[in-house]
Amino acid sequence: MALYEESVHKAFDRIKHSKLNAYITLDKEGALETAGKVDDGKVSGRLAGMTVAVKDCITTKGLLTTCGSKILSGYVPPFDAEVVARLRKEGAVITGKTNMDEFAMGTSTESSYYGPTKNPWDLTRVPGGSSGGSGAAVAGLECRMALGTDTGGSVRCPASFCGVVGIKPTYGLVSRYGVIAYANSLEQVGPMARNVSDAALLLDVIAGHDPKDSTSVPHDACYTDHLVEDVKGLTIGVPKEYFGEGTDKKVDNAVWSAIMKLDKLGADYKEVSLPHTKYALSAYYIIAMCEASSNLARFDGLRYGLRIGKDENWHTTFSRIRAEGFGEEVKRRIMLGTYALSEGYYGKYYLKALKVRTLIKQDFEKVFKGVDVLAAPTMPTTAFKIGEHADDPLSMYMADIDTVPVNLAGVPSISVPCGFAGKLPIGIQFIGGFFDEPKIIRTAHTYELNTDFQKLPEGF
Amino acid sequence: MDGDGLEGSVIIGLEIHCQLNKLNSKLFCGCSTKQQGLEPNTMTCPVCLGLPGALPVINKKAVEYSIMVGLALSCEIAEHTQFYRKNYYYPDLPRGFQITQYDWPIASNGILTVEADGEERTVRIRRVHMEEDPGRLVHQGSIETSKFVLVDYNRSGMPLLEVVTEPDLRSPKEARRFINKLRNILEYLDVFDGSLEGALRVDANVSLRGGARVEIKNISSYKGVERALLFEISRQQNMKRRGVKVTQETRHYDDERNCTITLRTKEQAEEYRYYPEPDLVPLSVKSWEPRLKATLPELPDARRERFKKQYSISDDHAKVITSEIRVANYYECVAGKCEPRLAATWVADYLKGELNYRDRDIKDAFEPEKMIYILEQLKTGIITDKGAVEVMRALLDEGGDPKDIILSRNLAKVETDITKAAVKDVIKENLEAIRDYKDGKPQALNYLVGKVMKKTNGRADPAEVNLLLRELLECT
Ligand SMILES: [Zn+2]
Repeated sequence: MALYEESVHKAFDRIKHSKLNAYITLDKEGALETAGKVDDGKVSGRLAGMTVAVKDCITTKGLLTTCGSKILSGYVPPFDAEVVARLRKEGAVITGKTNMDEFAMGTSTESSYYGPTKNPWDLTRVPGGSSGGSGAAVAGLECRMALGTDTGGSVRCPASFCGVVGIKPTYGLVSRYGVIAYANSLEQVGPMARNVSDAALLLDVIAGHDPKDSTSVPHDACYTDHLVEDVKGLTIGVPKEYFGEGTDKKVDNAVWSAIMKLDKLGADYKEVSLPHTKYALSAYYIIAMCEASSNLARFDGLRYGLRIGKDENWHTTFSRIRAEGFGEEVKRRIMLGTYALSEGYYGKYYLKALKVRTLIKQDFEKVFKGVDVLAAPTMPTTAFKIGEHADDPLSMYMADIDTVPVNLAGVPSISVPCGFAGKLPIGIQFIGGFFDEPKIIRTAHTYELNTDFQKLPEGF
Repeated sequence: MDGDGLEGSVIIGLEIHCQLNKLNSKLFCGCSTKQQGLEPNTMTCPVCLGLPGALPVINKKAVEYSIMVGLALSCEIAEHTQFYRKNYYYPDLPRGFQITQYDWPIASNGILTVEADGEERTVRIRRVHMEEDPGRLVHQGSIETSKFVLVDYNRSGMPLLEVVTEPDLRSPKEARRFINKLRNILEYLDVFDGSLEGALRVDANVSLRGGARVEIKNISSYKGVERALLFEISRQQNMKRRGVKVTQETRHYDDERNCTITLRTKEQAEEYRYYPEPDLVPLSVKSWEPRLKATLPELPDARRERFKKQYSISDDHAKVITSEIRVANYYECVAGKCEPRLAATWVADYLKGELNYRDRDIKDAFEPEKMIYILEQLKTGIITDKGAVEVMRALLDEGGDPKDIILSRNLAKVETDITKAAVKDVIKENLEAIRDYKDGKPQALNYLVGKVMKKTNGRADPAEVNLLLRELLECT
């Protein structure tokens, strides 16, 4: 049997016996077809024959795309997202659509209508969210790499919890065309992989100007060119606000050891301050929920997705469909967003959140005048137990404290494994200035080459 | 009711939505704007259907057109312009929000003057902004009786321009004139074809001085505007007369029944949750202004002045001719080949008159070449004025070739020898009148001319008859 076809069979065998629930939809037929073409030399490209899983909020032509929601059950998009088109062009073998928090709202992949995904390092724990399926699939060898989307940390969080690499690119670097929006002004598609070089390769493929996305920025760079082992002369800023209350001691230690390691490899570090960080979480949730309330208005069951009820007037039908089709977390955010945008509250919440956003952006601009990259914990803790935050959504929102400022500012960040607490992986993120992906990739790559936290979970 | 007896107490403001239907593609996608007669839902794509993941991309040409309209209305062009989401649920709105402009319209603070009775009324333009059209709902029968509704998204994403006036209009007639003039300007700019169905829709605000303001929505015909306003003003006046207070509300105009009905009151005011569209970045449009200003075509007022000078025609004629770009173009075509003042009379008075009578548009008239032919025949005396009118009417009603019409209907003046024969006959038959003439009664000649005209069924040229009669009478 041919090489790539064989690797597809292997991956699908593993998926078949998997307990992770990393995928919502599989496309074995499509994967084998592409792999066969690569084997026959009919298809080539930078990702030729490599298995890539795609988060279920990214549209795939002819392949079920549900956003982890009941309301989109049965929805088969008639077009490919730009990032998917680029994967196909480079010969990638798309294995299927990965599980996620419903409409990317969550930090644990528990809010998926299709059941929670489990963390490969400990099946009683969450893989992180909202790209939890992508993180688990990569960590559990169910694909070589994966695409996630990062709205408030949703690529970096599962990367951290699952012990893999995840990149949240600069806003505008990767096309959002075909990404089913949760909060458009914050989210970017990001690569996830088991090492920095694969992540950089995937970024090479998906990055680049797309005229179909007005927020897409023309920017040329080759990220794999920056996979060099060299951090000499690099100044690393350590933002003290990211090591605050709620940060697990073991996480704190692991991140500081990583900084010391880079110091030993020739980088300098200094403590810096991003003074508006404390407002980031509230601003983030207001903006995200406002945008979500509007983005999710189109799901009315009229043109696609779930359809319940007949011979009723339109208001009754669409209310029923939305009531049954959306989960608790999604409804909560739509309600809050609708409230925050309504007359009389717009200025009080939304406009204020935009002001905070500007201040946070300025914090980053200022700090990058003195440092090259920032180093901080990706998540304040390691993966928590499934159901741990079920009754207290606010406590779960707090977990995003170190990731959301990056999305508010639009700057890039990469999360890489930097240690373990017991058997659970810990992640460190390197944050860069606008379009400084080369710098953060170089830093992460150098760090990775000089450590051995790039492990497989037990039994994989 | 006398609509214009109301001036002084009526306050009207308009919001006019015009489809920029001369664009090739929709506002945010590549779908064509040409959809008249297409099967429903055949001119759509993921973007204008609002499919999950699809993103809008602004049509640059639509922005240019909007700036040109802003300039033609003497507006200030915005430094930056930005799109907003207007959130509301309706089956014709595929995303659950309409992309429109809010705080940063593309143009604002303009003016347009219209003729009021005996004076010029300067109407201030508050703003000009861009937005997308939603889809179209098709009911089986009427809204009340239809068991279901069909949705056609072909119209979804059609580029609209909304022109909002200050409440400066004082009568329904002025409102109609304003809309006609706006349409005329848009057609001069070649951004709009007002003759297509649904091209123009109007919301009107109307109040009596001191009273509450009522908004009338969804007036979709040119004539409807004046009728809706007349109805609404009369309704408000009747209420006032009876001592009932007019309440602030939004009313729907029913074109078929010619009345307005309550849509919602102030308490039910809609909540649109406007916020900036995150998928479209703000545009710095001020820098586009000089280039577009340079490409602005000649507008109606300028063309009117030029016609007066260049063709020495009257102000009235110039006004009628330039008040529709198609008429103006038609006239220039004819005037280039004929005597311009004669052309003005025949285009402005006769042709326009015949078209109005038939409720038809200049684009349905016969070609200017045919008009030129008619005027040539008239000028050289082949046909009379009356004959020319008859040819025009035949062309409008049945079409065909003016030459054939003149021949088949015997409209050409009869040959001179036939006239001569008739004159001879008349002289033989009216000896008494000839005696009178010779006795020094010149009015007897008129009598004889009349006899000849009658004999030739009016086709002889009276001047020629006159001449022939004198010649023959001198000899006898
Ligand atoms: Zn379209």
